[in-house]
Amino acid sequence: MIDVFDIMGPIMVGPSSSHTAGAVRIGRMARTLLGEEPVSAALHLHGSFAETGVGHGTDKALIAGLLGLSPDDMDIPSSFEIAADRGMKFSFDETDLRDAHPNSVKMEVVGASGHRLKMQASSTGGGRIRVDKLDGVYVSFSGDYHTLIVQHMDNQGNLANVTNALALARVNVANMSLHRSSKGGNVMMIIETDDPMPDAIVELIEKQPGILQVIHYRRES
Amino acid sequence: MNLDSMQEIVAAVRREGKPFWEIILETDMVNRGVSRGNSLEKMSRTWHTMKEASEVYTGDRRSLSGLSGGQGKQMRDYAASSAPIGGEFIAQVIAEALSMGESNACMRRIVAAPTAGACGVMPAVLVPLYWRENLSEDKMLEAMFTASGIGAVIAYRACISGAAGGCQAEIGSASAMAAGALVHLKGGKEEQICHAVAMALKNLMGLACDPVAGLVEVPCVKRNVIGAMNAVAAADMALAGIESRIPVDEVIDAMGEVGRRLPVELRETALGGLAATPTGRAVKERMAAGQKKQRTLTIKDARWKLEKQEAGQEG
Ligand code: SF4
Repeated sequence: MIDVFDIMGPIMVGPSSSHTAGAVRIGRMARTLLGEEPVSAALHLHGSFAETGVGHGTDKALIAGLLGLSPDDMDIPSSFEIAADRGMKFSFDETDLRDAHPNSVKMEVVGASGHRLKMQASSTGGGRIRVDKLDGVYVSFSGDYHTLIVQHMDNQGNLANVTNALALARVNVANMSLHRSSKGGNVMMIIETDDPMPDAIVELIEKQPGILQVIHYRRES
Repeated sequence: MNLDSMQEIVAAVRREGKPFWEIILETDMVNRGVSRGNSLEKMSRTWHTMKEASEVYTGDRRSLSGLSGGQGKQMRDYAASSAPIGGEFIAQVIAEALSMGESNACMRRIVAAPTAGACGVMPAVLVPLYWRENLSEDKMLEAMFTASGIGAVIAYRACISGAAGGCQAEIGSASAMAAGALVHLKGGKEEQICHAVAMALKNLMGLACDPVAGLVEVPCVKRNVIGAMNAVAAADMALAGIESRIPVDEVIDAMGEVGRRLPVELRETALGGLAATPTGRAVKERMAAGQKKQRTLTIKDARWKLEKQEAGQEG
């Protein structure tokens, strides 16, 4: 179903919904997943992001997003200066990612307390985005839903524990998927829900045995 | 209801005895699970953003590529002081379309309608009419809902991005949306809205998407002008009682079909049309050469600032 505000909107800073607005959203997504103020970021632009990135302000938009700016923030063009003011270091280069969407970026981000995040994401059109890889694991989620990202060990019982917690929350699950890098490696569980997950449930999942990390991404309207 | 054909919306209008725009508003309430107040409020914010974007435009900014900026101001001055061929109103429409297209290119806040590249079409017709006819806020929101319903049908049956269907899908769709909005503002009926949409789309069918250097600037900024002018013409024709010989949903389907048949060179890849002209290519090369330089410079600049700041903190 088409949202009429995707037609009459989004409200955004130009020039391109995919190369600018989508890039801001990718930066914001990385910031949320990192869970704290980023202090340094290395960004690798792929495909059309690398080719027409500067003209579209893609680089400024990505940094703006990492700084927590919204896609309609008029300060996006001066994001490099804001980053300097806040002491966030960053670098850009071009890369060639295999099998990636033409508007893709890979980044390594370090947070204020040392948290690290490796993320690859793409801008899929109209300001929509998709996270394609997280800490080395291929995933696929868009941020169009409230999203729970559960990292756990590759052993039995984890799925059941998590779904039991979800049943308790009585939150409607829109999509759910499991991804792992290799047998016995870390597993990433992505759960997209119509309503936000109550904090108590997020905590409950966190406390289950075998769970390494839980991130709750709240959809932005 | 599903916004998948104009015919169905018109059927709902007649069945429920409600205006076109209200059917769209109610669809939004159901789809997003929100109240009437919430939906109206969101549309109000969208309309105000459009109006403000026009008000804060000065013409002083230039785009990162240097290709865009200042022409909206030139046209505004001309509209006010000379005797434009199409009269003052048409000159204002042209000026607004240029101003918004430029604002987008210059990283200012705009409303994508339906895309950022075509963001100038809707405000170009709505803003001057709003001032000239002293229209109410409510009326403007109705027009916005009308237009977004039209855009939703086009997005469902055909496409609204240059990459998928060429510029006919972006500027053409925006033009159709604006034409429908104008018909509503002038008191036209639902069938007149449909004819206006059909005529607007027909007139721009086949338009290539060929942005120079892949940037949303040339020809995009000025294409907003033809989208807006075409909307005025299509709306006036429909209000005069002129009908499209091909029904609107069939026109939309045909636009989608033409879009799919357009070669990839003419679908936002910047490999054909104006992008492939000698001048277009030269701009692309200049941008590519400038790109690396600009990036390292800015990062160096940021580092330098950072070091200065850290030194200041220690001292
Ligand atoms: S030429 Fe292409 S990028 Fe430019 S406005 Fe038309 S569809 Fe959009």
